[in-house]
Amino acid sequence: MFLKENILLAIAGLKSNKIRALLTMLGIIIGIGSVIAIVTIGNALTSSVSDTFSSMGANNILVNVTEREADPYRGSSGKMDDEDLISMEQLERFQARYADEIGAIAISIGSGSGKVKDGRRYANINIEGVNEGSKDINNIKMQKGRFLNAKDVSASRKAAVVSDKLVHNIFKDKTDPLGKEINIYKDDGVDSYTIVGVYKYEQNAFQGGGQTTSDQDLSTTMYIPVTVAQQTAENQNFQYFMVKSKPSVDTAVFAGTVQKYFDGLYANNEKYTCQIQNMESYLAEATSTLNTISVAVAAIAAIALLVGGIGVMNIMLVSVTERTREIGTRKALGARSIYIKMQFIVESIIICVIGGIIGVLFGIGLAAVGVNLLHATLKISIPIIIISVGFSMCIGVFFGYYPASKAAKLDPIEALRYE
Amino acid sequence: MSGKVIIDMQHINKNFYIGTPNELHIIKDMSLTVTEGAFVSIVGASGSGKSTLMNMVGVLDRPTSGDYILDGIPIAKMSDNDMSDVRNRKIGFVFQTYNLIPRSSALKNVELPMLYAGMDRKTRTKRAKELLDMVGMKDRMHHQPNELSGGQKQRVAIARALANDPAMILADEPTGALDSATGRMVMDLLHKVHKEGGKTIVLITHNRDLAAETERIVTIKDGMIVSDVSNKPQSEEKVEASCS
Repeated sequence: MFLKENILLAIAGLKSNKIRALLTMLGIIIGIGSVIAIVTIGNALTSSVSDTFSSMGANNILVNVTEREADPYRGSSGKMDDEDLISMEQLERFQARYADEIGAIAISIGSGSGKVKDGRRYANINIEGVNEGSKDINNIKMQKGRFLNAKDVSASRKAAVVSDKLVHNIFKDKTDPLGKEINIYKDDGVDSYTIVGVYKYEQNAFQGGGQTTSDQDLSTTMYIPVTVAQQTAENQNFQYFMVKSKPSVDTAVFAGTVQKYFDGLYANNEKYTCQIQNMESYLAEATSTLNTISVAVAAIAAIALLVGGIGVMNIMLVSVTERTREIGTRKALGARSIYIKMQFIVESIIICVIGGIIGVLFGIGLAAVGVNLLHATLKISIPIIIISVGFSMCIGVFFGYYPASKAAKLDPIEALRYE
Repeated sequence: MSGKVIIDMQHINKNFYIGTPNELHIIKDMSLTVTEGAFVSIVGASGSGKSTLMNMVGVLDRPTSGDYILDGIPIAKMSDNDMSDVRNRKIGFVFQTYNLIPRSSALKNVELPMLYAGMDRKTRTKRAKELLDMVGMKDRMHHQPNELSGGQKQRVAIARALANDPAMILADEPTGALDSATGRMVMDLLHKVHKEGGKTIVLITHNRDLAAETERIVTIKDGMIVSDVSNKPQSEEKVEASCS
């Protein structure tokens, strides 16, 4: 009924009292703004976390030897013996048994950290002994040369794959690093390796944000054949390894099979067992944590919206009282009660919708800042915006209804006499 | 003038209850008939029941008992919504305090009764402009009430009262808030509406001089009509003299 007139009237009313209109809308602006900001930041985080996980390989399975029950009084016994760990022979048997399912296996042994020095130039490194399967499973992106291959591993060649950062620090991009020998300075001596490949260094979301080290001091991983790392390692066997299933294999089902296989292997080991984790379960866990946080913040935002709605109702009641004479006049001129009710409900909706739109803009601005700080990408969800504006409309109807009914019920004689 | 009856009130009573034992009997068995084209004034001191009568004549209130037929429509047992419709189509109100809608232009104010009557935008804007031209407010039709003087506001209010071509104009102390010169101008406008438009006008006032300008003077006291006299309206010469 007279929708256009009512909207124009409501806007004219708001314009005539801008400060009051803004203060009335504030609750709605904050409520809608925080919902938009939280949902947008939450979505950005979820997609950045799932990107990270899928770059790590969603169909990877981690096999990890852990203590059956950590004794709370003695604590972890710490050192593991080779007999408790997984040997190369066991791995080969496992791989042969499931040749149809396994795409690749990645084993690794940490070999400490050190420095590559060339005159005054240096680069910090972590040394990791790996096999040929690691390239695929750890999603290592090669820039130059090749990754370590099976021959490097079986022959225990002193070959190394280094990061582009290291190449930049040591060779200053002037010389081709491939085939060059580098000297590694560790606490226990100096060793030299030949560079066979260069990979592209990538910061992942978990290391991001707080990373303040300069490029010069940044410590990057240098990959060497696992057999070379074994020569200096305390344990020859492996505490953990990663399996990548073939694309046609259901990773979750295969993870169960792997669990059973290693449960059998460790059945007689009293102290240790094998734990199987796949990235999909990590991803689900991370997503559900983010969802929980979103729900909690949404609840707080809902309270802000409730308070905002009550604010709107309050100001609408004031407005009805202020305009008692106007209402009386309108009724005398022939306005039915329903017209008066519609006029005030439309006004309340306009306040809430304008507040909602300002809130959406404010929320997107806030999300842009937040997403920027978290190094994620801003993704604006159109459905959320539509829902938010729709929801503020509902708040307008809900909290405008009582004041509007009050206005509609006014007795024209009393209203005309009102001073 | 034709003999068509616009206001036909028979044995009207109006009581107010303020707690069970205290019943105020404001209007006592009142009968009043006004024919089409009449210019009637209802005069009475405050507390005489004048306002209560006006509310019932203006279809803002129902009588406790008795019959009221306005332009052929029985009012006494009507619902609120039907009363709204009757006010909208049959009555043009002119108030002492103008009661223009704030933050709405003169044009929008005149359009309002036509809007409630469901008239389309084009027709009502055209008619509102004509009416504002008639009351001499065409050049200020886009002004808001707070940009108009008292006399200008009352002229807009008269234009608004005429919007739906009502059966009667109900003017409640229309000059009460104006100085004498402006009040004179407003009265002249009402005379013009009466003479040229042939409108039935009911003027509520406590001012005997204003009442003397009308064709019939009904005097109320203690909820009863104490006198109802035909009055030879004062000569045009006198009206014009006081105007200039």
